[in-house]
Amino acid sequence: MTEIAKTAPAARGLLPLPLAAARALILTGGIATAASAFLAWTWTSEFPGNLTINGYPGGLQWLTFTAGVLTALFALAAYGIKGLGWLLPAKNNAPLFLSALAGFAVTWYAVIAISVELGGLVNLEPGGYIAALASLLPVLGALSLPEQLGDDTKENLKAYITKAEKIPAPQPLAPWAERLVITVVTALGLGVFTYGIDTEYGELFIGYLLVVAFSMWALHTAGLLDRLSRLTAHHRGFTLLMGFLAAIAFPFTQTNDHYTNIGVNILIFATVALGLNIVVGLAGLLDLGYVAFLGVGAYTAALVSGSEFSRFSGVQFPFWASALTGAAASLVFGVLIGAPTLRLRGDYLAIVTLGFGEIFRIAVNNMDGDSGPDITNGPNGIPSIPDINLFGLNLGEANDIGGITLGRFANYYLLMVVIMAIIVLVYTRAADSRIGRSWIAIREDETAATAMGINGFRVKLIAFALGATLAGLAGTVFAHVTYSVVPNPYQFAGAAPPNSAFLLAAVVLGGMGTVAGPLLGAALLYLLPEKLVFLQEKSLLAFGIALILLMRFRPEGVIANRRRQLEFHETGQTDVPDTTTLTDEPAVTTKAGA
Amino acid sequence: MTTPVLEARDVTMRFGGLTAVRSVDFTVNEGEIVGLIGPNGAGKTTFFNCLTGLYVPTEGTVSYKGTVLPPKPHLVTKAGIARTFQNIRLFANMTVLENVLVGRHTRTKEGLWSALLRGPGFKKAEKASEERAMELLEFIGLAGKRDHLARNLPYGEQRKLEIARALASEPGLLLLDEPTAGMNPQETRATEELVFAIRDKGIAVLLIEHDMRFVFNLSDRVSVLVQGEKLVEGTPEVVQADERVIAAYLGEPFEGDPGEAEAAEVEAAEAAADATSTTSTKGDAQ
Repeated sequence: MTEIAKTAPAARGLLPLPLAAARALILTGGIATAASAFLAWTWTSEFPGNLTINGYPGGLQWLTFTAGVLTALFALAAYGIKGLGWLLPAKNNAPLFLSALAGFAVTWYAVIAISVELGGLVNLEPGGYIAALASLLPVLGALSLPEQLGDDTKENLKAYITKAEKIPAPQPLAPWAERLVITVVTALGLGVFTYGIDTEYGELFIGYLLVVAFSMWALHTAGLLDRLSRLTAHHRGFTLLMGFLAAIAFPFTQTNDHYTNIGVNILIFATVALGLNIVVGLAGLLDLGYVAFLGVGAYTAALVSGSEFSRFSGVQFPFWASALTGAAASLVFGVLIGAPTLRLRGDYLAIVTLGFGEIFRIAVNNMDGDSGPDITNGPNGIPSIPDINLFGLNLGEANDIGGITLGRFANYYLLMVVIMAIIVLVYTRAADSRIGRSWIAIREDETAATAMGINGFRVKLIAFALGATLAGLAGTVFAHVTYSVVPNPYQFAGAAPPNSAFLLAAVVLGGMGTVAGPLLGAALLYLLPEKLVFLQEKSLLAFGIALILLMRFRPEGVIANRRRQLEFHETGQTDVPDTTTLTDEPAVTTKAGA
Repeated sequence: MTTPVLEARDVTMRFGGLTAVRSVDFTVNEGEIVGLIGPNGAGKTTFFNCLTGLYVPTEGTVSYKGTVLPPKPHLVTKAGIARTFQNIRLFANMTVLENVLVGRHTRTKEGLWSALLRGPGFKKAEKASEERAMELLEFIGLAGKRDHLARNLPYGEQRKLEIARALASEPGLLLLDEPTAGMNPQETRATEELVFAIRDKGIAVLLIEHDMRFVFNLSDRVSVLVQGEKLVEGTPEVVQADERVIAAYLGEPFEGDPGEAEAAEVEAAEAAADATSTTSTKGDAQ
């Protein structure tokens, strides 16, 4: 008897509250949290964002409001309110707890930041205390929800943050409705992303990260992200189109060129990271000197840009020609560096590429006519690179489109979106082909791959050269965006991107072998030091800590490749859903039902 | 007489001062199953690696259907010799189907450009490859698991998949390095039938194996390698009866050989020890 009781204990909450009270607490707490955003939290507008006005939320208060509303929505869905059932398909508790935690985290962060920055709790208005209390209520309520609990506190807490094991299959939607869902989600995503880029001060950005991280986690545990990825798998072309449109829409939402500048840089680094993903993620070649190829592209473009400081100042290529020249130069360098080094494996390759990366920077630094041939102008680099002239359109000048002014960076941003689209296409097509399979085979087991007839060296060289070419292409735009090229950014590690360590971190952090992973990784890694000015000197330390934490808790990266996920979390045969027939693609069966 | 499928002539492999394989001559004829046996460390796998180009033999040549093979693994596979490995070397994080598709590498040509441009030729080739791979999966009985990751297959099926992957390169000769290592008797039986089925497809098979019953059942001819040298070669009956082979495996009787009386004594002592250990484990179980 005791045996049975031990294996299946009665469901109870971590806190002793009856179910009805717990749910009521979450709902009222969520509403109260949202409402408390309308109170004044502090008396002075010295704290950024102006949290002093009753009835009008500012800055961090909007984030608290959003988290409160999300909590309340989840609570209503838990009550079984009609029309909200889709929010909680598995009826599990984790989304409630995590969304409550989102509100709690951002509110308490705001209150603590106010007290610390302004010097003491006296700076809090009663509204601040109310907000802190209100945001605590749903957390307590969620912890009182019944779960199968054991004696181990750690395990008990885990029950509140893990994804539901079985998520019921969604009701079939009409294809147009599915597309509508994708459209809405893309628009929401654009909104969330734009908000993040537009945050004006570090406190807001931290609050934003807290809310986004916990909310996404909540949606993930509710099984909504899985449902979404199933939808996007059906409508791949449509999803890509929407993503592309959303990316194009971004500069139209901006009034300030500063933020579109951030957008351009993110796109450039994301492009380069995606190129690196071919080398590292698919072919498994650890390249620690990758940024050199970005440099080759940038320097080539600068030399033929017509800048008066260029060695060939008389030469001015049109953009398409300089882009091709830059990509071709990178290709040549990729083959030159790859041919001798790719005979090495693993750590040896990493060390040699690290060396070559540094050789590029030092060589460029010395080709100033004194210690070497006069090509790159040494440490002074090549300044005053003129803007790109694309089909008679000067990208340096602001244009009016539909009443919205698109500034210089917005122009470059749109150019980069097109280049990014090309590179995404190259990546996905190459990955899903004979050559892509041989890259993965080489990564998995080089000896077996050669025994299967794959010419390892040739295939690796193709991956290396393709990665280099893509980086060189991005480099040609990079040179124009930044007006000048200097040797310094093209190093192994540094506080500011681009550098090889940064690019590699973006790939690993985002998720190796995926398309979305490096994009997300590059965006995060670029925004963090940009927004958190106080980190400046310590940003490398922060990167290090973040990477260690990630490797401990999610080694496959934020966005996991299906293969990687199984590699790191051994869970048996979970890769094939047992509900579908094995001979059919899972997507096909559900499509037939739709 | 037709040209043999595989002809190794005077193959010698030295690692520094150690000679692992010493001037071995070896042939495999069309439609033949040949077994290669020998005690541990006899140089069987080294010889295999010489045949498949993983090692460059210090001396000697290997030819396939009359043409000398270059010592590069991918060219050997392209010529028509496929192999499996002693310790399974599948692409663990690829699906079953993808593993077989990788095996098709030498028989397809689509490069990077065709992958990027996705012309009609590309789609046709991909489809043909997939059909061929599915045929092979049906052949070995893994068609139902095409979307499983290779790492998640049970051991016996991983061995089978490795054979399917090798067959995907459309070889004329298949080299199996200990195909039944770690298998239970039923799985060994199934592998036996699989090897016969492969031979019936017109593919010659060369196998290294320690399971003597398996080798002698299967092989048309057995070759014994001892300390890098070929000791005997012939039909299973001939090899089985050869005293030198028994000596190589069990060692020769030495002077002061324990007499029968002594052997009986040892046996009795062992039996007694067995008895006590079984009772003690029984006691634990209760």
